[in-house]
Amino acid sequence: MNAHPDIKQRPEFEQEPSDASAIGDVERPLSFSERIIQNETAQRLAILAVLLIVWELYARWLNNALLFPTFSETVRVFLHDIGNGVLIDRTFTSLRTLALGYGLGLALAALFTTFAVASGVGTRILSTFTAMFNPLPAIALLPLALIWFGLGTPSLVFVIVHSVLWAVALNTLSGFRSVPETLRMSGRNIGLKGARYVGLILMPAAFPSILAGLKIGWAFAWRTLVAAELVFGVSSRSGGIGWYIFEARNDLDTATVFSGLLTVILIGLFVESVIFRALETRTVNLWGMQR
Amino acid sequence: MDASAPAVPPVLLDVSGVTLQYKTPRHLVTATYRVDFSVHQGDRYIILGPSGCGKSTLLKAVGGFMPPVEGSIRIRGKEITAPGPDRMMVFQEFEQLMPWKTVYQNVLFPMKVTRKFSRAETARRAEAAIEKVKLTKFRDVYPHMLSGGMKMRVAIARAMALEPDILLMDEPFAALDALTRRTMQQELLALWDQLHFTVLFVTHSIQEAILVGSRILVLSPHPGRVRAELDSSRLDFSNSDTPEFGAMSKRIHNLLFGEEHAHKEAAT
Repeated sequence: MNAHPDIKQRPEFEQEPSDASAIGDVERPLSFSERIIQNETAQRLAILAVLLIVWELYARWLNNALLFPTFSETVRVFLHDIGNGVLIDRTFTSLRTLALGYGLGLALAALFTTFAVASGVGTRILSTFTAMFNPLPAIALLPLALIWFGLGTPSLVFVIVHSVLWAVALNTLSGFRSVPETLRMSGRNIGLKGARYVGLILMPAAFPSILAGLKIGWAFAWRTLVAAELVFGVSSRSGGIGWYIFEARNDLDTATVFSGLLTVILIGLFVESVIFRALETRTVNLWGMQR
Repeated sequence: MDASAPAVPPVLLDVSGVTLQYKTPRHLVTATYRVDFSVHQGDRYIILGPSGCGKSTLLKAVGGFMPPVEGSIRIRGKEITAPGPDRMMVFQEFEQLMPWKTVYQNVLFPMKVTRKFSRAETARRAEAAIEKVKLTKFRDVYPHMLSGGMKMRVAIARAMALEPDILLMDEPFAALDALTRRTMQQELLALWDQLHFTVLFVTHSIQEAILVGSRILVLSPHPGRVRAELDSSRLDFSNSDTPEFGAMSKRIHNLLFGEEHAHKEAAT
């Protein structure tokens, strides 16, 4: 080493680390404006605000309330119908049916996937079923549902279950399949079997996929419900949000149609960005399984 | 072995005539062929062999994840048929920890599931195990925020807290960088000095085998057959640059690779 010819041109050296205090604190909190710019909610609100301004300006310029009511007019009708309870009543009718269908769909999906992970045959059965039924639009089953269950909630629940079940089952199953072998083995190592193994190891390990399935299932259910209510028209006593829209269209009351659509959108936004978001930050984000 | 009768502790794990085979989509692979060995209480027993000699498969079989085609594996005289918490495994991969549990919850989980200890005892043991692997500061942190070495420490703490009959380690330090690996080897030895647990340790590093182990089982290449069982209880970090250590290393090297050369010559 010492005889190395380069040592004269490139001498070795040792030194103390240089003084880094000039840069200030090694860690400092971000300023308010820096945080606002990074905040996801703030960004979303800004996008929304731009969209609403464009809507208002375009509608005013068009000046045709029958085709395209202004944002302010839509909000007025929306608040008015909330005030007199019509919209709230319609929304609750829809949400009740939705909760029933969604819940039932999830329960069935859980049952199916538990069978599917228990055996190879179960997996084959479920994947064949999802391949057959997942592409089948729920609305296409509505005429059949009407024949079987008649007008009313049972028919709606049937089509909602159909739209939720396969999407959720498919996602859950693929989530279960992608659980790392090492994690499975460390679960079995401590003697976990059957339902406890599924519940304590597979479900949390596959939670990102399950959550994605829940989201897709929710969107499918909500879509199917509103569409089914539109086709249905009235179910004697109380119609849902789809019926609210349908009624307003018959009256050529476009602002009310818009207010119905606004309700659908607002509920969708709420569920996505409040409920599912909260679920995500408490689970998959906290666990570092999803960024 | 029999000569020093009073000093030899009882046999804990007995593997006799074990042949292991597994199926890939296209082949039936014989991983080990009629392997015999026995691990005594308090051994740091190393299974050493080139990659593909079936040493990990052998460990899985001891873990109960794979039934032998012939032969038997007994722990305390009882045939092994299924995985169980008396044989805790520490894997090479980091994803053996549950990402949805904190360090503390991960260490707690096996004890909770198996209900081996009372609740208070479980909590106390978890705290103690975390302290032993020097992770008290990271008690409530989720695994994704830990470095590879720390994850491995959690996995070891988790396994040790349950106080299994035998600790099965499948190349636990292979995925770590060289510096961390050395630290972990020293820490494992320090833990062993305190607790004198029995460990079955698979590795493909000759140096690691001599440093960590007290006995070394050398397996031949594919399919794995017993080549030698050596005693390395006197060799550790304190004498890793002595001629004795070098001689042992060379001896194992010849056992592993001398044979391969001989095979090649026979083939040509």
